[in-house]
Amino acid sequence: MSPIITLSIAVNALRRNAMRTALTALGMIIGVAAVIVMVAIGHGAQSSIEDRIRSAGTNVVTISSGSNAFGPVRQGFGNTTTLTPDDARAIAREVQGIDYISPGVNTRQQVVSESANWNTQIQGAGADLPSIRAWSMETGAFFTTQDVERAEKVAVLGGVARDELFGAGADPTGATIRIGSQPFRVVGVLARKGQAAMGPDQDDTVVVPYTTVQKKLLGITHLQNITLSTSNGVPFQTVSDHITTLLRARHKLPADAPDDFSVRSLEEMASVLTSTTTTMTWLLASIAAVSLFVGGIGIMNIMLVSVTERTREIGLRLSVGARDVDVLLQFLVEAVVLSLAGGAIGVAAGYAASRAVSSIMGWTAVVTGDAVLMSFGFAAAVGVFFGFYPARKAAALDPIAALRYE
Amino acid sequence: MSATPVIAVRDLTKTYAVGEIEVRALRDISLEIPRAQFVALTGPSGSGKSTFMHLAGCLDRPTSGSYLLNGRDVSHLSKRDLSLVRNREIGFVFQGFNLLPRTSAIENVELPMLYGTPVPAKERRRRAAAALEEVGLGSRLDHHSNQLSGGQQQRVAIARALVNKPSLLLADEPTGNLDSRTSIEVMGIFQRLNAEQGITIVLVTHEPDIAEYATRIIGFRDGRVRLDRPVQQRREATEELRKYDATGDALSA
Repeated sequence: MSPIITLSIAVNALRRNAMRTALTALGMIIGVAAVIVMVAIGHGAQSSIEDRIRSAGTNVVTISSGSNAFGPVRQGFGNTTTLTPDDARAIAREVQGIDYISPGVNTRQQVVSESANWNTQIQGAGADLPSIRAWSMETGAFFTTQDVERAEKVAVLGGVARDELFGAGADPTGATIRIGSQPFRVVGVLARKGQAAMGPDQDDTVVVPYTTVQKKLLGITHLQNITLSTSNGVPFQTVSDHITTLLRARHKLPADAPDDFSVRSLEEMASVLTSTTTTMTWLLASIAAVSLFVGGIGIMNIMLVSVTERTREIGLRLSVGARDVDVLLQFLVEAVVLSLAGGAIGVAAGYAASRAVSSIMGWTAVVTGDAVLMSFGFAAAVGVFFGFYPARKAAALDPIAALRYE
Repeated sequence: MSATPVIAVRDLTKTYAVGEIEVRALRDISLEIPRAQFVALTGPSGSGKSTFMHLAGCLDRPTSGSYLLNGRDVSHLSKRDLSLVRNREIGFVFQGFNLLPRTSAIENVELPMLYGTPVPAKERRRRAAAALEEVGLGSRLDHHSNQLSGGQQQRVAIARALVNKPSLLLADEPTGNLDSRTSIEVMGIFQRLNAEQGITIVLVTHEPDIAEYATRIIGFRDGRVRLDRPVQQRREATEELRKYDATGDALSA
C-alpha cells in the first residue's frame, strides 16, 4: 500500500471523529506548547543575563588586590597594599592584547549638593574606564587623562546619584558638590545602565579620578583594583596568565606563596550564570515534557478505544485483502498524524504564549529553532511509541472474530 | 481451464479448541463447486456452514484436508499470501453490510483497490463508479452510508465485493438485515451477476425461500454435508418481485 494512501486513510479516520481527535490532540498541544514556552522563558532569561553582562563591557578583566573576594569591591581594611599604579603601568606596557586599562580605588562617602545629600559609592578610575565599560555620557564629558595626572577634583555622576542630588533629569554640569569635605566640580552625567548582573546599582555612583581618591579622600598610594579590556579575539586565559606572571614577579612572591591578587573576567562570570540558567531551562523543559508524556498516554488510550470500536472495520479491511502490516501501519500512522498535528498546533500555541508572556509579564522569551524541532520530534516519537501497542493489537486481530464483533 | 472447479475441497476438517473441549466444526468435507454456479449453503447454526464459508473465503486455514481455489492449493498459504488471495479472487458480502461509517459510497467501494496491487486514484474511482452503476447506484456515488437505505447499503457492499473482479463471491446471510422486498431485490442482483457475468456465488442462508434463488443447495448438519441437490423450482427475482408487489397492493387495497 502506498504511503499516500496510508496517510489519507489515517487522516480520513481522524476527520470522521473530529471532536475526539481534537480533544486527544489537545493533550499533545498543551505538552508541546508547555515545552516551547518553558524553553523560551529559559532562553530569554539567559539572553537577558548575557545582555546585562555585556552592558557591563565585553572582554573586561578585573584584577583585584588582596582577597579573593568576588567582584572588584574590597571594603577598606585590606592588609594587601601591594597593587599599585606602577603595576597598572607595567601591565599596560608589557602584556600583549590590552586595549584600555584603568586603575581603581573605591570608597563610600556622603556627597552633598546645594539642595541635597546622598551616601553613595565613589569610584576612583582612570580616564579610559568609559571605553572599557562601554559607558556613554548623558551630558557633559568624562574627565581626562590630565585630570587624572593632576588629581583634579572633578566628578562624573551616575544617573541615580544625579537624581538624588539635583533632581531627576537636571543637568548639573558645572555645579559643585562636596565629597566628604572637599569640593568637586561636576563635569558630566553618565547615561543610565540599569542594575548590574551582580553587585551594586551601576547608576548609583560618582566617578572621580583614582589619583584624587588616593590623595584627597583616602590618603593612600595603593590600588584596590585594575580594570582592563582585552582586544577582540585575545583569549582571557592568555592575558590572565601574563598578568599573573608579571604581578607575581613585581610583588616578589615566592613560588609556593598564593597570589596576593585575583584576575577575573566578566565572560567567566557570564559563563557561570549562563550554565545556571541552562540548567534551569532544562529543568523547566523536563517538567513540561511530563505533560507531553501524559499527552502520549492520552493518544494511546484513544487509539485503544478506537481499535476496539473499529474492530469490524479492521475485519472488513482484512477480508478485502489488507495484510496485518497494512492494518498496523494504518493505526500507527493515525497515532503519528494525531501527535504531529497536535505538535504543530502546539508549536504555534507555544509561540503565541511565549509572545504573550513576554508582553504581559515583561520577561524576555526567545523561541529557538531547536526547541521547536526538539518538541516536534518528541511529539513524533510519542506518537510512534504510544501508537505502536494499539496498532499491533489491531493487526493481530483474527479476521473472522473481528467481522463478527458486536 | 474452464473445467477447473472454482472450489474443490477434499477431506476438509476444521477443529477448534474451546477451552479443553475440541469442537469439530467441519468433518471430512469433500465437494466441488464449478464455475458460474450459484450455491446456497443451508443448515442450522453450528452446522458448519459458516466455518466452510470462512475456509472457502481464505479467512482461515483448515486443520486438515486440501482446498484448491481455481486449481491452486491455498490450504497451506501464509497469512500474507491469503490476504492477497482474498484481495484478488474473493468478494465478501456480509449480513451487516460492514460499510465504513461517514464515508461515501464510492470510497467504500474503492477500499479493496487500496490493498494488493496498486491502482492509480483515477482508475480506482472509475472502476468503483462502474461497479456502483452495475448494482443500480450510479446516482448515489457520493452519498454517505447513513444516507442510504438498508438495501442500498447492501448494494454498495456488493459493488465493493465485485470491484476487483473476483472469481468467487461469498455472501454470508446477505438478506438477514433486510425486509422481504429488499431481500428479493438483492437476490435479483445476485442472479443477474451470476447469469450475465458468470460469477460463482456461494450464499450462506438459513431461510429456505432465499436458498431457492440459487441453482444448488448444500445442506450442512453437525459439520457434515447432509444434502446436496440442484434447485428444482428456482425462484426468479423479477417474477417474485412482481408477485410481491401484487400481493402488497392487494393487502393495502
